[in-house]
Amino acid sequence: MKRFYQHELEDLRTKLILIGEKANEAARIAVDGFLENDLGKIDQALALDDAIDALEVEIDQASVRYITLRSPVSSDVRFILVAIKASHDLERAGDEAHSIALRAKEILTSDGRSGNTVSIEQMSLLGCSMMTDAISALVEEDVELAKAVILRDKEVNRLHHQNFKTLTIGISDDGTETQTRFQKVFISKSIERIADHAKNLAEEVIYLLEGAK
Amino acid sequence: MSTSTPSKIAGAGTGTPIIKIRDFDFAYGDSQALFNINMDINQKEVTAFIGPSGCGKSTFLRCFNRMNDLIEIARIKSGKIKISDVNIYDKDVDVIELRKHVGMVFQKSNPFPKSIYDNIAYGLRIQGVKKKSELDQVVERCLRSAALWDEVKDRLSESALGMSGGQQQRLCIARALAVRPKILLMDEPCSALDPIATAKVEELIHELKKDYTIVIVTHSMQQAARVSDRTAFFYLGKLIEYGQTDQIFMNPRDPQTEAYISGRFG
Repeated sequence: MKRFYQHELEDLRTKLILIGEKANEAARIAVDGFLENDLGKIDQALALDDAIDALEVEIDQASVRYITLRSPVSSDVRFILVAIKASHDLERAGDEAHSIALRAKEILTSDGRSGNTVSIEQMSLLGCSMMTDAISALVEEDVELAKAVILRDKEVNRLHHQNFKTLTIGISDDGTETQTRFQKVFISKSIERIADHAKNLAEEVIYLLEGAK
Repeated sequence: MSTSTPSKIAGAGTGTPIIKIRDFDFAYGDSQALFNINMDINQKEVTAFIGPSGCGKSTFLRCFNRMNDLIEIARIKSGKIKISDVNIYDKDVDVIELRKHVGMVFQKSNPFPKSIYDNIAYGLRIQGVKKKSELDQVVERCLRSAALWDEVKDRLSESALGMSGGQQQRLCIARALAVRPKILLMDEPCSALDPIATAKVEELIHELKKDYTIVIVTHSMQQAARVSDRTAFFYLGKLIEYGQTDQIFMNPRDPQTEAYISGRFG
């Protein structure tokens, strides 16, 4: 029997998908803006942060309200716990996207172009696809897709370590060049963190669907 | 609003009050059961009364259709209860007429030992309605409103006593609807029902509030949280806190409410 408040869980699921899509979009636009030397895209990415933060608050409030008023059990209570944890992960992914956009803006403003972007594009494609698939796994309740997301995290980590080495070799204290290299390391690190959050979301989806980590 | 002092009227918020209670004191003999209650109850909302046993919530509910008149030692010490701006304790109020407007469903289902059809038609027949087609229409309307029609439409002539407990309780709700009340009082309507039957009655309450004002007394805080728009917490005959159900359960203002809903007393 479907209870009269069942739609509240559906609303919560919709909000969760929305925050995931916005966080992913922010990351994608921020990196695209950097790679394409496009400050307009970077500003678009920066503008998404407030909406992502607001959605996290809405999800938290709706989750607490549901727990308090509806006494959920079993898969419903797991879903609420996942919603709270996933919204936190996705908000943090949004923060990383914001950070990427700020650093990219600094590089483009000071250097006029992105220069050597090491494997940031490859990492970004991989990280964003992990996020897309983790959200799809949640929407479609697809455990196998969630498991596949987790496996891809190692490749993003490897690429980040490679970027770190490439960017820090030969660093000297000659001003702008060094600063730009560090900004790129941080951008690489932010993408690696976004992939971590996608991995966390995938793990949460597995917990939701299988009832165990 | 979290007070029962005369200077403040607890909580109708933005709704339209249909029941207004002012400075209401009630006693059984020398024992005062309700102290200076002031509150408004909104129409077409569900209002839940919660509180530990003996706090006065059922006594208060039974004041709304003057069921307490049947108890010899019961008396109103002071104050008024107005329904649609009429003081229901005025001398010229017809109690039978009042109870048509303010129906009641009790803790234990109490169908008449008659057929399902006759249970619903009973109130109308007393009012003088004899036309079969009219009675048929009302019986179907009420059974549909009570989400019972599909379950019983093929056995309307069978005894109501053969129905399950949950069906009997919904039949009692349907019976109360037959005389088109404005307000439905429910005194722990699910306390004798299993979880599935309880869920069905809760669904029904949610549907009925589109057309009726419902006041429900419940020992189940989860039920109050699920079904009501506003919740009033009573303790030792006093209205401790009254407000939107979300606020009462998520962020109560009074420490006694917090203690009660958290299970620390009561």
